[in-house]
Amino acid sequence: MALIQIAEPGMSAAPHQQKLAIGIDLGTTNSLVATVQSGMSLCLQDEHGHALLPSVVRYLESGQIAVGHAAQATQSADPKNTISSVKRFMGRGINDIPDTTHIPYAFRDTGVGMVQIETRGGIKSPVEISADILRTLKIRAEKALGGELTGAVITVPAYFDDAQRQATKDAARLAGLNVLRLLNEPTAAAVAYGLDNASEGIYVIYDLGGGTFDVSILRLSRGIFEVLATNGDSALGGDDFDQRIFCWILSEAGLPPLNQEDTRTLLTKSREVKEWLSENTEAQITSVLSTGKLVNIKLTADKLVELTQTLVTKTLNPTRKALRDAGLNIEEIKGVVMVGGATRMPQIRQAVAEFFKQEPLTNLDPDKVVALGAAIQANVLAGNRSDDDLLLLDVIPLSLGLETMGGLVERVIPRNATLPVARAQDFTTFKDGQTAMSIHVLQGERELVSDCRSLAKFELRGIPPMVAGAARIRVTFQVDADGLLSVTAREQSSGVVADIVVKPSYGLSEDQIIKMLKSSFGAAEQDKQARALREAIVDAERLIEAINAALAEDGHLLSADEKSAIEALVNALEATRHGNDKDSIIQAVEALNHATEYFAGRRMDASVKQAFAGQDLNTLEL
Amino acid sequence: MELLQRNYFELLGLPAQFEIDLTLLHQHYRTLQSEVHPDRFVTASANERIQSMQVATQANEAYQTLKNTTARARYLLQLNGIETLEESNTAMPGDFLMLQMEWREAIDDANSTKDTSALDRLLVEIRQMAQHLSQGLSMQFAQKSYQDASESVRKLSFIDKISADIHRVIEQLENA
Repeated sequence: MALIQIAEPGMSAAPHQQKLAIGIDLGTTNSLVATVQSGMSLCLQDEHGHALLPSVVRYLESGQIAVGHAAQATQSADPKNTISSVKRFMGRGINDIPDTTHIPYAFRDTGVGMVQIETRGGIKSPVEISADILRTLKIRAEKALGGELTGAVITVPAYFDDAQRQATKDAARLAGLNVLRLLNEPTAAAVAYGLDNASEGIYVIYDLGGGTFDVSILRLSRGIFEVLATNGDSALGGDDFDQRIFCWILSEAGLPPLNQEDTRTLLTKSREVKEWLSENTEAQITSVLSTGKLVNIKLTADKLVELTQTLVTKTLNPTRKALRDAGLNIEEIKGVVMVGGATRMPQIRQAVAEFFKQEPLTNLDPDKVVALGAAIQANVLAGNRSDDDLLLLDVIPLSLGLETMGGLVERVIPRNATLPVARAQDFTTFKDGQTAMSIHVLQGERELVSDCRSLAKFELRGIPPMVAGAARIRVTFQVDADGLLSVTAREQSSGVVADIVVKPSYGLSEDQIIKMLKSSFGAAEQDKQARALREAIVDAERLIEAINAALAEDGHLLSADEKSAIEALVNALEATRHGNDKDSIIQAVEALNHATEYFAGRRMDASVKQAFAGQDLNTLEL
Repeated sequence: MELLQRNYFELLGLPAQFEIDLTLLHQHYRTLQSEVHPDRFVTASANERIQSMQVATQANEAYQTLKNTTARARYLLQLNGIETLEESNTAMPGDFLMLQMEWREAIDDANSTKDTSALDRLLVEIRQMAQHLSQGLSMQFAQKSYQDASESVRKLSFIDKISADIHRVIEQLENA
């Protein structure tokens, strides 16, 4: 048995080896940051002792930006410049937002692409607003941990599509975070719950947050978390319950259409009433509007149940679908874990209990569990845990397809395929001498292009000219462990790699991101150069560290000559990285990468061989 | 990398045969992913990250192929140099064609009368047929009757398709 090491009080063991990694729950209503310290996952607090950071950003007249409680407190006074629930707009166009009249922002109809909001601080993309929230959490973490962060795991709703995931990753990049992984929220919750309770078996995570609903079914066994199926609704959450109460107040009190301040005031009241009614049978709503009109009405818990019944039912359809996709009956479910603040509502708990014929598990803080799980995963990914006993096998939530003739979608990668996943598809040219073609990628379960979400149009260029139908262009769609799609194309007969120009339908182009990065750092050309050099140096340092670790661990897989050749290149990179020449650093990195390709392969071969040998030994012992 | 040269059975450490131990398959898949998954290589060199994604992708593909009866049989036939050609070779014995038509009619009837329980019963019936066919496959592979096995795969492939259609209809009825 391994002995637990306990450090002298006030002295952590080998602090230089501990990499600072954080987990961030970027929520619709609230966001949190957590980390693992001395083996315990905990949420980091601000200077006032708050763990929850309201996901509210206000652009002030002074040009400064207020994030969190300060922004929330003045929301009614300055609704146009105080943005809340921005997560709902990530990777979304103006037409995706139902009922913009109830939302007090100056939306800018860009025609195509992601929606933008005009604020006092300028025209803001949801990505930039999210980056402001992430930056606040990053600063909080750096203060608490006292150093530069190695990286962060950022959680996303499991049912987020590619555009929404990419927008989240872009936001993290704008905030200056190194994203170790995008992690699905229910999976993060399962990690925190499963490790805490040493659970084994099949569990359902029912996650109703401020603006999104996810349901995931996982098999938990000996540290491996295998997602069997996931489903959800990325536009359904606690906010919708507030909206129902708000509309009820309007009609009950006979109010005319309200101005933005009053709308915000009553929406806030609605949220408070909803929370109050989770533990009380009735609530008095009292508010004086800007017109001087007094609103004074009573809402009972029973009435609230009636008002929100259809929302509760709306969560059960995805639940049923996930069960069917996993090929499971409710009898096979060992437990149902409740996640997200909205699951505090008794009508939700009751509906879930009735559906699964068992009481849901509510013994953990539904607001914090996602961040805690993300921190555990971040700690593992950063390499702080030596015992490799935690592995997450997640899935793609929505099918990926291609547009074919007649506006139909041909499915390429089915939903719930375990990540990473890839599919190759062959295409040919339509005309003689054709050198370019366009591929339209969609995500969704429907048959018509118009019913699915357009992700991007990929333009392949540089196809060698041939007669029509002669070219064989193999296009590979790869979805990585973050659930993000990348596309590569190669002409089979000539081996020519086609250039791909990506036009994301709702995402930001690389140019836009670079522009945003510039404006957030100050636009000077010098800064840009300095940052490029800094990035090259960081890259070089990471590579040297990785190769040295590999040599120390698996140097025996190399001949003496091979080893000294690699060592020479490591030394060469060591020498260049202290200089100011970005290009020669990049060259040296490439040279070392190139020379270690076979070493990487051998290492992987050897580790698998050893793992199987160890397992067979175990089986023999049984 | 030697791992990427392996066939799916080799990759998952199983004998290349139709009858496999599904528990062992799952166990080996987990062992393999524990070693090669991209989560293990987040701080590694670019080479290792790329190779890890390639092998992990291959491991998922191998696991899904071997787990599914039809896909496993099709793959095993391919390893033996036989393509099942389900897209082009749609010739089926007369009795199976009759059965197909009956099933299609039953789906249409249940759809128009919104009778999901009839669809559930049909699924059970079809599943029994599939079980019967996979038992046949077991024999056919044992006797190396690859042409017969090929026909069984084509039938199973059809059954998989019709099951998916039934699930889709059930889903539509439930959502309506």
